[in-house]
Amino acid sequence: MINAVITQIPVPKDIPLPLPLPEWILVAILIFSFLLHILFINLMVGGSILTFWYEWKGLKNKDHDKLAREIAATITVNKSLAVVLGVAPLLSINVLYTLYFYSSNALTGNMWISIVPWVSVAFLLIYLHKYSWDKLAENKTLHLSILALGVFSFLMIPFIFLTNINLMLFPEKWGEVQGFFSALTLPNVFPRYFHFITACLAITGVFLAVYFGRKSYNTESKFEHITKADLQKSMLTLALAATGFQFIFGPLLFLTLPTKGVTWGLFWVILAGVTVAVIILLQLWKMIKQNETIGRRFYLILGLFTILVAFMGTGRHMYRESALKTHKTMMAERTAAHWEAVKKAHENVLMPSVQTGEGTISPGEALFKNNCAVCHAANTRLVGPSMAEAAPVYDGNIEGLKQWIKKPGRKRMDYPAMTGFPNLSEQQLTDISNFVLQKDWN
Amino acid sequence: MDFPLFHLDFMGNRLLVAIIAILHVVINHSLAVGFAPLVTFLEFRGYQKKQVSPEEGAAWDETARKLLFTAFIITTTVGALTGVGIWFAASLANPASLGSLIRVFYFAWFTEWIIFVLEVVFIMIYFLTWKRSNENPKRKRKHILFGLWLSIFSWLTMAIIVAILGFMMDPGSWINHKTLFSGFTNPIYFPQLIFRTPIAMMMAGCIALLITAYILKRGNPYRPGLLKHISFWILLWTPVAAAGAFIYYWFIPRSMIGNLPVALGTQQFQDWYDSLLTVMIVVVSIGFAVSILGTFAPRRLPKHLLFIPVVASILFLGTFERLREFIRKPYVIGDYMYANGILVEEYPLYQQTGLLKNSPYSSVSEITDANRLKAGEEVFNLACTRCHTTHGVNSVVNRFERMYGTENPLNVEAMKVYMKSMHNVRYYMPPFPGNDMELDALAWYIQHQQAEPKPLEGPQIKGVDVKEIKY
Repeated sequence: MINAVITQIPVPKDIPLPLPLPEWILVAILIFSFLLHILFINLMVGGSILTFWYEWKGLKNKDHDKLAREIAATITVNKSLAVVLGVAPLLSINVLYTLYFYSSNALTGNMWISIVPWVSVAFLLIYLHKYSWDKLAENKTLHLSILALGVFSFLMIPFIFLTNINLMLFPEKWGEVQGFFSALTLPNVFPRYFHFITACLAITGVFLAVYFGRKSYNTESKFEHITKADLQKSMLTLALAATGFQFIFGPLLFLTLPTKGVTWGLFWVILAGVTVAVIILLQLWKMIKQNETIGRRFYLILGLFTILVAFMGTGRHMYRESALKTHKTMMAERTAAHWEAVKKAHENVLMPSVQTGEGTISPGEALFKNNCAVCHAANTRLVGPSMAEAAPVYDGNIEGLKQWIKKPGRKRMDYPAMTGFPNLSEQQLTDISNFVLQKDWN
Repeated sequence: MDFPLFHLDFMGNRLLVAIIAILHVVINHSLAVGFAPLVTFLEFRGYQKKQVSPEEGAAWDETARKLLFTAFIITTTVGALTGVGIWFAASLANPASLGSLIRVFYFAWFTEWIIFVLEVVFIMIYFLTWKRSNENPKRKRKHILFGLWLSIFSWLTMAIIVAILGFMMDPGSWINHKTLFSGFTNPIYFPQLIFRTPIAMMMAGCIALLITAYILKRGNPYRPGLLKHISFWILLWTPVAAAGAFIYYWFIPRSMIGNLPVALGTQQFQDWYDSLLTVMIVVVSIGFAVSILGTFAPRRLPKHLLFIPVVASILFLGTFERLREFIRKPYVIGDYMYANGILVEEYPLYQQTGLLKNSPYSSVSEITDANRLKAGEEVFNLACTRCHTTHGVNSVVNRFERMYGTENPLNVEAMKVYMKSMHNVRYYMPPFPGNDMELDALAWYIQHQQAEPKPLEGPQIKGVDVKEIKY
């Protein structure tokens, strides 16, 4: 007896409808809209973490409480944009990777669908927190707990997305996983997660540096001690530190990628991204050290971040494509073979059926088999009474029987009511009735 | 066939989709499509009143803002997430169907998305700049204009999605052309839109009336005026809603007759149809009664009773959605794909060679006496679980027991005869998609389920069996 479980690779067939657009356009839409979506997700997650951090510190320093409130005001806007901007990439991944995406959704289905209520509740908590700031000023523990629940949700929900998007790349694992938690432990989910959370902090740092650095933003009327320069410096430092940490999480992510999708092309794209990241670090460092305000160097940094994200987004897609390449080919072959088989099956249907020894049957009998035999047998009760019991009721009353078949009522209370057959023609009704009345059912 | 099939053995997949979808439709119609113009209208009236009596104008303005606040909170949380949730749930419940629809309707959904983004941007501007807009009349006028834009875009999102819904019920010429435009011009499209628009306005009025009655104290001097206005809004839309509902009601069977053997199902259909008429009359009467009372005697409106029109209008919408779902059977995409996710065109192949042989997600290929129950379970999973459970909602065992009674154990031979031709007498059922061996295994499985009930876990819990297919 063989104890080792040999996992087969499932080869389903593809949806037999053409893509609505050339594939490369869909891919471009997917990458671009996904990056836009994830940008606001980053701001939402990073913003809520920072709000919590500053409100916590605000217990001792009122200025920090005010700062927390300023950051909180951005979360609710960013979260709405994050959701609405998520629709386009969802649509595109649905259409490009239908078989892969839906399969991994189904395999982690309970957690996947829980995103809907969970995110709703998290958003409601974030609103509750935002609009109860004054009311709960005296009960900070409660106010912070509300936020803590929201932040906790924001920190957990990415696991569901990451697990799914990771599982879809490995059809060879589909037969092995049993639910969400076993899919969560596939290699690469956790490195991806830390890479993502750190990115949230980096992007939020850059965003808030702009947000607080803008000319129309007046710090003096809002804070007692905090100045614009302080704010900018802390936000840029956050961006610097988080980007620095990516030099740990990034390589970890790359090294844990299952090798099947790693190519030299991918390596060079990632390396280019890393080079840009190094330049970003240097520029951020200089900016902080020289206490610069937002100016040319900052715009350079923004531009570099955009390039970095574009490289990483492309790398991500390249990995996906090469990881699924072989499987996609197999699937295309199976689909083609399947439709050949479907064609043959249609030809078989058209061929004259083999004559049975019983000879031809009357039209009434044929109609009876198709329509009536479903519920009526000769001698036993099925859905309806047996024919031996029912046929004698209309002995010599063919018109009555025809009327009944067309529009039956209900005679036996221990049986369900019969379905009517108003679609049968007069001739068909006569044929059936003749067959029923002439046959000896016993 | 080609996906691991998510399955909830108690509530069933359809109920999951229904809960999310109905919640979304109710929130979308009432709090987005209907609320936007209603709030804008109240804000505009407040602005006009301000010219004569600043205090009254301010009270109106504040009430309108509070109404919007409620809508803002709910639509941008539960509303938005259930919208995405319909996709999540539908792709779990019937992946083949949603995968096909997305290929056909990519552009519609993409356009929908752009309008949806604009709608969200407008509602954020409209809500977040409200307080500042009170600084001067010029800002206020601009603000009211934003309300108008929001109203237009909220309506447009609905107008596009309805095309997709209409298409699912009646693909019209799509079967031949397979183009997006033919989906849009399907015969149910306009009747649906004509029906949904006034319903949305009416529901918004009912909810606004309820909220206003609660947030303004009885002594408030501006309360009667506001209640009166909102009641009048309902009164104006109720006859339009009644007419729209009747048009929809009138159109459904006429355009559905072509692609459904309705004659066969007349009895079942007529029962539904009659209950629909009753619901229509009751709800419209309640709407009329409340709005007339509110318009002519706003002081007498009992605030607790205002829950009734809200609940009634939700039921109204729910009944229509249920009917819409009922009508499209046995298909999920008319004439193209059956509710079990199997294409009409693939049927001959599966009926000749069997379902199991063609599915990568079943360990069984050849049915033997030893694996008959296991095979039956897998056939059940492939052919039945999109709609049925073993013992939960729409339980297959229960369906048979209701026909055959429970005195005797279910009879395998009888069930086989029934399932072989059930589509002839139960028009909402797709034909059995497998071969005779599989039919036999399925019947044994159902009988065994009756004798020894054992829930069937979905792949989200127990995973999937995978086998290699020769091709």
